[in-house]
Amino acid sequence: MSLNSPLIEIRDLHFTYEGQATPTLFVPEFTVDSGEELFLFGPSGSGKTTLLEIISGVLAPQSGCLRILGQDLTKMTPAQRDAFRAEHVGYVFQSFNLIPYLSVYENIELPIRLSAVRKQRLGTVDVDMVIRAICGNLGISDLLDKNVTQISVGQQQRVAVARALLGKPQLLLCDEPTSALDTDHREKFLRLLFELAELYETTVVFVSHDRNIEKLFSRSLSMNTINKATS
Amino acid sequence: MIFLKLALKSLKNRMLATGLTVLSISLSIGLLLTVERAQRAAEDGFNQTISKTDLIVGARSGPLQLVLYTVFNIGNATHNISFSTYQEIAKHPAIAWTIPYSLGDGHRGFRVVGTNQDFFKYYHFRKNQKVGFAAGRPFQELTDVVIGSEVARQLQYKMGQNIVVSHGVTKEEGFQHHDDLPFQISGIMAATGTPLDRAVYISLEAMEALHLEHSENLKKENIKPDAITSFFVGTHSRLDILKLQREINAFAKEPLLAIIPGVALAELWEGLSYAERILRLISLMVLIVGFMAMLIALTTTLNERRREMAILRAVGAQSKHILGLLVFESALLTFLGVVGGVILSLGLVAALAPWIESKFGLYLAGSALTQTELFYILGALAAGTVIGLIPAFKAQNQALKDGLSVRF
Repeated sequence: MSLNSPLIEIRDLHFTYEGQATPTLFVPEFTVDSGEELFLFGPSGSGKTTLLEIISGVLAPQSGCLRILGQDLTKMTPAQRDAFRAEHVGYVFQSFNLIPYLSVYENIELPIRLSAVRKQRLGTVDVDMVIRAICGNLGISDLLDKNVTQISVGQQQRVAVARALLGKPQLLLCDEPTSALDTDHREKFLRLLFELAELYETTVVFVSHDRNIEKLFSRSLSMNTINKATS
Repeated sequence: MIFLKLALKSLKNRMLATGLTVLSISLSIGLLLTVERAQRAAEDGFNQTISKTDLIVGARSGPLQLVLYTVFNIGNATHNISFSTYQEIAKHPAIAWTIPYSLGDGHRGFRVVGTNQDFFKYYHFRKNQKVGFAAGRPFQELTDVVIGSEVARQLQYKMGQNIVVSHGVTKEEGFQHHDDLPFQISGIMAATGTPLDRAVYISLEAMEALHLEHSENLKKENIKPDAITSFFVGTHSRLDILKLQREINAFAKEPLLAIIPGVALAELWEGLSYAERILRLISLMVLIVGFMAMLIALTTTLNERRREMAILRAVGAQSKHILGLLVFESALLTFLGVVGGVILSLGLVAALAPWIESKFGLYLAGSALTQTELFYILGALAAGTVIGLIPAFKAQNQALKDGLSVRF
């Protein structure tokens, strides 16, 4: 990947859900540079989540170009895209990020259990130490052995961030992770998130309908300007 | 393997549903195996109602009739064999021993059998079991009678008690009684779990004496029986059986029929085995119900687990991993169920065997897990896994459709 080429590069991308007549997404051009903290806003139904799912490789566009880290996702098989996601992408949901029958610790270590590449990226450092370091940064060190049902929503979101960033993925996708938090926690949560993302050199793409937090990001875009599908 | 851990933790998290599913599979597998075991015991018991006897000889009739009236105390012989014929055949060099059997009289609904000491010596059942005594000894005197354990139990007879034997197998006072010759109980046989328990045994001479006009002051030595109903034959060498059978069947002086009891019993069991088949069918249906319970338990939780699947997808799980996870869960449930069922069946048989033996004369001997059981176990494991594919494919499709966002 050359220094100047963007981390995410989308051109003339079409996506229509199966059984639907009109496309949900038509993105003529959209790029994200390495190291950005991009805020994408738009009302529900504007295709925010769909875009994130396409970038993560869970959904495949019908046509168009989608390159991440210089790799063409449209040329990959579903299994290759899943492996790509496991290696390079962290994902934080709006809520219910954690698997209820696993402990906090077990939830956090999921990505490195699923991807050998992601584990290798930790280097020779002890996995346990890395997990404890991230959790220390996020202020959730004392929650590690707890059951996920015992901790608050705010704590759950921080655990989700720890999981998403473990093994230093190049890209962190966030689907309204702050909408379940109150205003005070929202800002605190985002500052922590950015701090860690900068530390790990992870690019953040964050979608939300809540423009109050817009000012914290390095760049902000409306879904309207990206998605030209008429809906 | 992370998915192994996920499956185990997930099942543990749904402890109640998991436990009940495993229990339902355990119960149905346990039932199937126990029924199979009981059937085998019944068949073995049936086929070994008589053993070590190489041939049963009677007057010419059907093989089924012969085996029924000699071994099972059911029905009557149409003709007798003359005693001289019996004596002539018994001298055949291939024959090691014989047991004469004379039927026709009854005692309060139980068959009276006239025989001799050889009965106690040579009659075998269940491989090498011989007639034993709960009390007393074989008949010695003309008026001695030995009764089967069931006779003693039902009629509440004691040792030394006097009883009366009547002509024909009747209940109560129907026919003429041989009042002249009162018998005294000299022995009560130990329970055998065979029709032997339901008969009364006297000497051939006593049987003959019952039918003499004047039976006062009779001496055993003075009575010579002139006919018997049938006799059992043991040979020196098994190789002689078929040849001997042919010789007896071709006996010139009297029309005789010799049968190999094992063959006749197996044929008879074939005729009776429809009950066995129905029982097996029912337990197979119970097994299907058990699997349906598993299918329901797994399918109903799928909707709640969509979120879980989305999380797994987000951290990089392939949709085939979701499939594998669900299939593994049902395979594990089936495996636990089968193990539980085997333990249940073995435990049940071990705990109830003495009671079943004494109550029904059903001996649950032999190995617990034969090829049939192994076949059932492997079949159940395969069936459980295949059934698990249904919710697994559903979950996989759902996961593909949901992607990372669960839209309810």
